[in-house]
Amino acid sequence: MFPAPFDYHRPGSLDETLVLLAQYGGDARVLAGGQSLIPAMRFRLARPAVLVDINQLDELAYVREVDGMLAIGALARDAALERSSLIESSYPLLFDTSAVVADPVVRQMGTVVGSLCHNDPSGDWSVTALASRAQVVVRGSTGTRVVPIDEFLVDSFSTAVAEGEIALEVRFPSPPPRTSGSYQKIERKVGDFATSAAAAQITLGDDGTVAQIGIAIGAAGPTATRVADAESALRGIKPTKDAIRAAADAARKIADPVADPRGSVEFKKDMAGVLVGRALLAAFERLGVGGLR
Amino acid sequence: MKISVTVNGKRYERDVEPRTLLAYFLRESLGLTGTHVGCDTSSCGVCVVVLDGEKAVKSCTMLAVMADGHEIMTIEGLVQGGVLHPLQQGFWDQHGLQCGYCTPGMMMTSWVLLKQNPNPSEAEIREGLSGNLCRCTGYQNIVKAVEQAAAAMQPQPVETVA
Amino acid sequence: MSTTIEPTPTPERHAMGKSMKRKEDPRFIRGHGRYLDDFTLPGMLWMSLVHSPYPHARIVKIDKTAALAVPGVVAVLTGEDLAAHNLAWIPTFHGYDKQMVLAVGKVLYQYQEVAGVIASSREIAQDAAELVDVEYEPLDPVVNPFQSRDDKIILRDDRENKTNHIYHWEVGKREETDAAIAASDVSIKERIVFQRCHPAPLEPCGILADMNPATGRLTLYLTSQAPHAHRTVVSLVTGIPEDKIHVISPDLGGGFGNKVPVYPGYVVSAAASVVLGVPVKWIETRTENLTTTGFARDYHMDVEIGASKDGRVTALKVATVADHGAFDAAADPTKYPAGLFGIVTGSYDFPTAFTELDAYFTNKAPGGVAYRCSFRVTEASFAIERGMELLARKLNMDPSELRLLNFVKKEQFPYPSPLGFVYDSGDYHMTLRKALDMIGYEDLRKEQAQKRERGELMGIGISTFTEAVGAGPSKHFDIMGIKMFDSAEIRVHPTGSAILRAGTKSQGQGHETTWAQIAAEELGLDPQNIMVEEGDTDTAPYGLGTYASRSTPVAGAAIAMASRKIREKARKIAAHLLEAAVDDVEWTNYKFQVKGQPDHALTMQEIAFAAYTNPAPDSEPGLEATYYYDPPNLTFPYGAYIAVVDVDRETGAVKVRRFLAIDDCGTVINPMIVEGQIHGGLTEGFAIAFMQEIVYDESGNNLNTNFTEYLVPTSLETPHWETSSTCTPSPHHPIGAKGVGESPNVGSPAAFVNAVMDALAPLGVTHIDMPLTREKVWRAVRDAKGTLSA
Repeated sequence: MFPAPFDYHRPGSLDETLVLLAQYGGDARVLAGGQSLIPAMRFRLARPAVLVDINQLDELAYVREVDGMLAIGALARDAALERSSLIESSYPLLFDTSAVVADPVVRQMGTVVGSLCHNDPSGDWSVTALASRAQVVVRGSTGTRVVPIDEFLVDSFSTAVAEGEIALEVRFPSPPPRTSGSYQKIERKVGDFATSAAAAQITLGDDGTVAQIGIAIGAAGPTATRVADAESALRGIKPTKDAIRAAADAARKIADPVADPRGSVEFKKDMAGVLVGRALLAAFERLGVGGLR
Repeated sequence: MKISVTVNGKRYERDVEPRTLLAYFLRESLGLTGTHVGCDTSSCGVCVVVLDGEKAVKSCTMLAVMADGHEIMTIEGLVQGGVLHPLQQGFWDQHGLQCGYCTPGMMMTSWVLLKQNPNPSEAEIREGLSGNLCRCTGYQNIVKAVEQAAAAMQPQPVETVA
Repeated sequence: MSTTIEPTPTPERHAMGKSMKRKEDPRFIRGHGRYLDDFTLPGMLWMSLVHSPYPHARIVKIDKTAALAVPGVVAVLTGEDLAAHNLAWIPTFHGYDKQMVLAVGKVLYQYQEVAGVIASSREIAQDAAELVDVEYEPLDPVVNPFQSRDDKIILRDDRENKTNHIYHWEVGKREETDAAIAASDVSIKERIVFQRCHPAPLEPCGILADMNPATGRLTLYLTSQAPHAHRTVVSLVTGIPEDKIHVISPDLGGGFGNKVPVYPGYVVSAAASVVLGVPVKWIETRTENLTTTGFARDYHMDVEIGASKDGRVTALKVATVADHGAFDAAADPTKYPAGLFGIVTGSYDFPTAFTELDAYFTNKAPGGVAYRCSFRVTEASFAIERGMELLARKLNMDPSELRLLNFVKKEQFPYPSPLGFVYDSGDYHMTLRKALDMIGYEDLRKEQAQKRERGELMGIGISTFTEAVGAGPSKHFDIMGIKMFDSAEIRVHPTGSAILRAGTKSQGQGHETTWAQIAAEELGLDPQNIMVEEGDTDTAPYGLGTYASRSTPVAGAAIAMASRKIREKARKIAAHLLEAAVDDVEWTNYKFQVKGQPDHALTMQEIAFAAYTNPAPDSEPGLEATYYYDPPNLTFPYGAYIAVVDVDRETGAVKVRRFLAIDDCGTVINPMIVEGQIHGGLTEGFAIAFMQEIVYDESGNNLNTNFTEYLVPTSLETPHWETSSTCTPSPHHPIGAKGVGESPNVGSPAAFVNAVMDALAPLGVTHIDMPLTREKVWRAVRDAKGTLSA
């Protein structure tokens, strides 16, 4: 299966990239890892007239902490997070996620930002980005803007990146002390689209109550979905079994999956709840809070 | 479009369509048929090659033009000076192949795996190879092959003479 | 010629029974395997197929104009074009049916081949295929064989009998069996479905057809598990004499039965090459592989077993509805439309049994016999092993006890089964007991009891299968009339090495090593110096190929017998050289020696040299032999498999904690290779049990068209396999070998399913059809419990 013909550009600078994107508008697609785009092109589901290959822009391959944020550049590969001791020690939710995206070979080319821009309803990074309250830096010829993740993820395969723009970076707030998280995923096998997924990130206050919380589910709606009611169930209180159960039920309620060979709507909704429960449990246990099983 | 790719240490200059996939470029333009094609959804990994000595990539999910100016290692590049690489020896010794179709991809992925993690556990090997499918072996002997290679590639202790 | 049986294998063997490293590996580990797509010829064109989006439709019109206008396109072929050359239809291997090459008049399954585009590059062929404009008039599809049975919509208007019923088959004693079941103290009856799945080797099918106008020969590089059979079929279909057809089956990236049938892509490419006089290559995509090539299984089996209250089985009845898809392309021997399904009495001594089967057409891809099935033995084995498990549950009897009580006893072999087989040998009690002992069965049951008190779901599943392989004796077996013998030709060179050619074709089974081991053992030569070739019809002796685990039983025997012919001639040469009477010369310790005089001996190497330099009088020079082996019977490998599983009640996930496989395939040529075969087959059985199915929705859409939907397990999901063996040689086989390639696929699905059902038993769940997806297990737990807490 071969892509339909297209024109190909490999700009040597970000400025050149923006010129090309402005020039070709909706006819152009950005090529970074290509691990979602190229398969779509091979099936001719995507037929861009122009590809703008940004792989030469090495300066975008960063994973670094700056100004209280973890900044991940557009060319940072999934594997860079998977192999990072910084991510392993300080960003457990991201570390969990980086181990289960696609498969270990695809992760060596696929990018975090690219995954967010692709916005597959079953994608992993979007779920984690929601739970972590990430932001995406978008640049076009009119300038740069920072888009909160809740606004960035618009619909299936659709984001806030407009024609002529490019997503340059995703930022995760560097977590305060007593923060942990967990990513839970059910997949029939490595590399399958998620049957169900959940991300939870929690910060505990000095008094042991939940100071900050982010809970999101994946493969349960047109895009990854924040479970605001689950967050409310736990915010401001010391965690209890009942509160976790309530959070899980909130996930079941808001989950809006499609039926497919991975499961019926009924099954997937229940799994959304099960995984939110497990994500919360794991996050709390990582923070040393026991007695919640 | 003219591209220049170094494959197994040798530089090649060719003219390709942008849509040419790297796997087919290697196989047909360069005649290196050791890299195989087995699916159309980037699922099977029989096409895996090593990019710039550090990344295992599915060459069916990469355009040849993306490899312009880069280095690729394929299975044909494993033998050095007529000597089998420990991975090749491992696969042979441990019966890590039957039909041989997944073998080049398995070795390329393993090569990068061992570079990142020279002493992997069985679980780490199984995890690291989970992007490469095999229908014949059930993976068990492939794991043993990689374990043998890892052991053979450990730096040998230097004996000091008192 | 009668079969000479060697004595029981002795421990110190020269080549047999050794785990020698494979001789074929050096090329594969270097990336120098030569698979179909590695071959190119000058002037080669590419073929790309056009497929139907509809499962059932009349073809109104095919407009080639746009496609032909694409630069680089040489031709666009349709069914009409092929009909002009009498190639629109080809016979299926089964012989009961034929199938369309390119659709004529109507299409009968989604993705059916409708046109072929021949162009100067792969990409152009694909680009142009998109532009072939086909106008369809959709018809209502029939996707359920029970619906097809009603004959409300007749699918095949090309057939004389206007019915979707293909055939009825039965064997056994119907009235006696019905009566026995009715009179039984206890009986079980269950509908057991073996779902449609697909062998999916990693290398797809393909052909490079090369009609050479100068020589008049048609060379077909072909992904073929049976090159000679393919050559004969091509000759019969095209009228080209067989001497002008050369089939070369090169290195194959897996087969598992997928590379047995003749596919439309082959015929279109070959026809194009003949007409255009240039090489034409076609390599299918994975999507084409999964949607058009031979599927496996799709049997709906009603299993009934009667028993006395103390657990002795009285009768077995199995009635099956078989879904063959749009054409009966199941590659079965002619007299066996349901393959060797009659093995369904399994390892048990049923006083009486009866089985019948009705096959129907549906709007799905054609096929049925594939995926290491041993000609439907996988279906039969699954039916009986699930049936016995259900019976054990009903009797409240331990499943191992029920089996031990009902096994055919060692003394009963050769055992005539009520459904017509004569099992050659076995010691089922010994093998199962070994398995129970090795897995620690008693301790596992204790652990299970403790876990059950805590509400944890742990299961133990047993499968004690007997399968029938090695097709087969000429009295009963033929494929399109050609008897199912197999062959070996061995030629020993003057300096003591040899070349061996066989009629089989390895797709990873290691014949270049194992065939050399057999011959080396028989001839006292070094297996490293016996070159083995398969797959080239110009040089290999005629054989029926490799599938259904027939290679070792049939070709392996031919190799032994050809070797013995050589040894007989060598003995005469030895006698001549040793100046002794032929009768005084014996083969001892891999040498010819005068009886009682070990220092008066000659090696085979010395004999070989003499064969060319100092031949015996009244004897031809040279040292070679060919043998065509007609097996006197099938062989009956068997095994005892035990699976231990833990079920996550919240998610329905099943973890296979342990799996022990004890296989008895008689004499083992290379233990390492056998173990590899077991690992691979168990992994396929695991996939079938838990994640594989080809599903068509009610509108006839194929939902599993690539590897994101048709699932192949990775190294992470695949369990660790524990293997062991017992050895009851086949008394009728020259080296006592039975074959083993398909045993793990035959035996393992039932072990997995029995284990999960055992885990769910406290919840009152008795049967769930494969694949045991998380949801099915979750639902069974939830429905049994009533509510599920988070």
